[in-house]
Amino acid sequence: MTALSIRALSKRYANLEVLKGINLDIESGEFTVLVGPSGCGKSTLLNIVAGLDRASSGTVEIGGRVVNDVPPKDRDIAMVFQSYALYPSMTVRQNITFGMECRHVPKAEQDAAVANVAKLLQIEPLLGRKPSQLSGGQRQRVAMGRALVRDPLLFLFDEPLSNLDAKLRVEMRMEIKRLHQRIGATIVYVTHDQIEAMTMATRIAVMHHGQVQQFADPDTVYRYPANLFVARFMGSPPMNTMPARLEADNGGPVVVIGAGRPDEVRLRLRGYDVAASFVGREVVLGIRPECIAEGSRVFSGDAPIVVSAPVEMVEPTGAETMVLLRLGGEAAMARITPDIRPTLGASADFALDTRRICLFDPETERLIA
Amino acid sequence: MRDQTFAPTRILIYLVVSLIAAAWLAPLVVVVLNSLRTNEEIAQASMIGWPKHWAWSNYAAAWSGFCVAETCAGIRPYMLNSALVTIPATIFSTMLGAIAGYAVSLWRFRGDSWIYGIVTLGLFLPQQMRLLPWTIVLRDIGLINTLTGLVLIHTIQGLSFTTLFCRNYYVAIPHELIRAARIDGAGFFRIFWRIILPLSAPILIVTVIWQFTHIWNEFLYGVTFTSGQQQPVTAALIALSAAVADIPQHGVQSAAVIIAALPTLLIYLLGGRYFVRGLTAGAVK
Repeated sequence: MTALSIRALSKRYANLEVLKGINLDIESGEFTVLVGPSGCGKSTLLNIVAGLDRASSGTVEIGGRVVNDVPPKDRDIAMVFQSYALYPSMTVRQNITFGMECRHVPKAEQDAAVANVAKLLQIEPLLGRKPSQLSGGQRQRVAMGRALVRDPLLFLFDEPLSNLDAKLRVEMRMEIKRLHQRIGATIVYVTHDQIEAMTMATRIAVMHHGQVQQFADPDTVYRYPANLFVARFMGSPPMNTMPARLEADNGGPVVVIGAGRPDEVRLRLRGYDVAASFVGREVVLGIRPECIAEGSRVFSGDAPIVVSAPVEMVEPTGAETMVLLRLGGEAAMARITPDIRPTLGASADFALDTRRICLFDPETERLIA
Repeated sequence: MRDQTFAPTRILIYLVVSLIAAAWLAPLVVVVLNSLRTNEEIAQASMIGWPKHWAWSNYAAAWSGFCVAETCAGIRPYMLNSALVTIPATIFSTMLGAIAGYAVSLWRFRGDSWIYGIVTLGLFLPQQMRLLPWTIVLRDIGLINTLTGLVLIHTIQGLSFTTLFCRNYYVAIPHELIRAARIDGAGFFRIFWRIILPLSAPILIVTVIWQFTHIWNEFLYGVTFTSGQQQPVTAALIALSAAVADIPQHGVQSAAVIIAALPTLLIYLLGGRYFVRGLTAGAVK
């Protein structure tokens, strides 16, 4: 069943177009993450779905019902906010029951629902406290409890982890994911953090300039980014992108980085199906840092492709060593094993995983192969 | 070393501050002392002097015996009038201001900033300018020379201040609270009553002190729109001094002034620290 369906949705403020014709279909039970840089329109979109803001045109359907003119309380949704938005003068229990109180749910039913949710989130000992007496993680949990107790068709999360410190954020991330797996809720989750998107989502909608750039599962978004924006936004450090030239010889397509230079790099692409119209033209080559490794690494498959390249910077992180090098004169980040520290300024051998190279059209910036 | 360079400046500061305080307190001291001196004593000596014997009877006379405008019940009935005007007007203007401030700060609606601007414009209208319109209004609704009329005036005039105070306090409340409550299904008044009002104690205390003091001390409307038995105590005090044409009763008059000033003094002493805190609230995060 389609839980949420957004059709040709636009939002204009005076002469600023924040959302430009958004179309999204979200299935029941999916964990959809809307991700994008600040100002991309993702929070506006969530507010329109929640009914806290109005669309300029287009429709929002929740559970098969058009809700454009339905007030937030009647949309069968629950929302978790970045600041948690717990009611400061109420206890945790009152915070959780406030919505039921507004809907005139009988007291016994309220108590049962609170007990249930408190157990699920392990906040039973906190029920009598005020929000000011809770830690950040506990507040977050109570905010989720307030949403869960409603048992809605759709959960909306507006950057719920942004106010937590790094360690707690990772914990809560896992907890939310586990919660989703356990109760099978339909979740729309807004974040600017691409790692949250990758780790939690069943599908990711990458947004930029008020448009959905790509809507796909995390692996597809990562492996086949629809365009250069997605390629550079998802992944940390981002995908290396550089101008290259596409050629063809008898064995199939070959990309050349720094064509004509003495240190030009020629990479044969196996199993790629590139439109003939691009042969002989400039393209943008994308290669993720983890696809460039120390020369001794064997990426599974054919004979390894090893190039010699000058090393410009070395950043040991403990788990791995990041190396900035030059491929045919173009800067590229490599991710190599932690115990290898190439010498600055000297050349070193690097193995390339050419099976995972992306090619983009430099004009449209779209993925071509 | 530090103390040596510090001390002279410090003495100077204390000196200046003490002088200013003395200048401010001098009238109060004169009135308090006179309220405890007999008429004869004041007449024989000067207006300024230490009481020879404490004339506590001045207070009894001022409270319930002295004649004002042909009745001899002291200022007690006028104190009651003032209370009957000040207490309801303070409550009404504070509650309405809180709701108005809540509406213009936390709910977006078309023309909200205009409405706020027009309401607070009232702060800059001189009192004298408002006399004539109020005369017409009170006459047309039949509330001239009634306490209800004064309650109405003070409630409405007070809205400018109470709305300003409350709005500036409420803008610091995160909008997400309102949005969360809307999703929970609460409406305008339920959100105000259950979420906003419980957070409002600091600003409500400030507003109540401010309104109480101003309405209690207000003189112009009282003297213009009421007469005789309907006057608030500020207006009655003038009548009191006018009534004593023959022999000046400075002792009793001073006692009456002190009694009339007591309620606002008490309010300030009880809530003063909230007042100072509330006025600077939001200035420092």
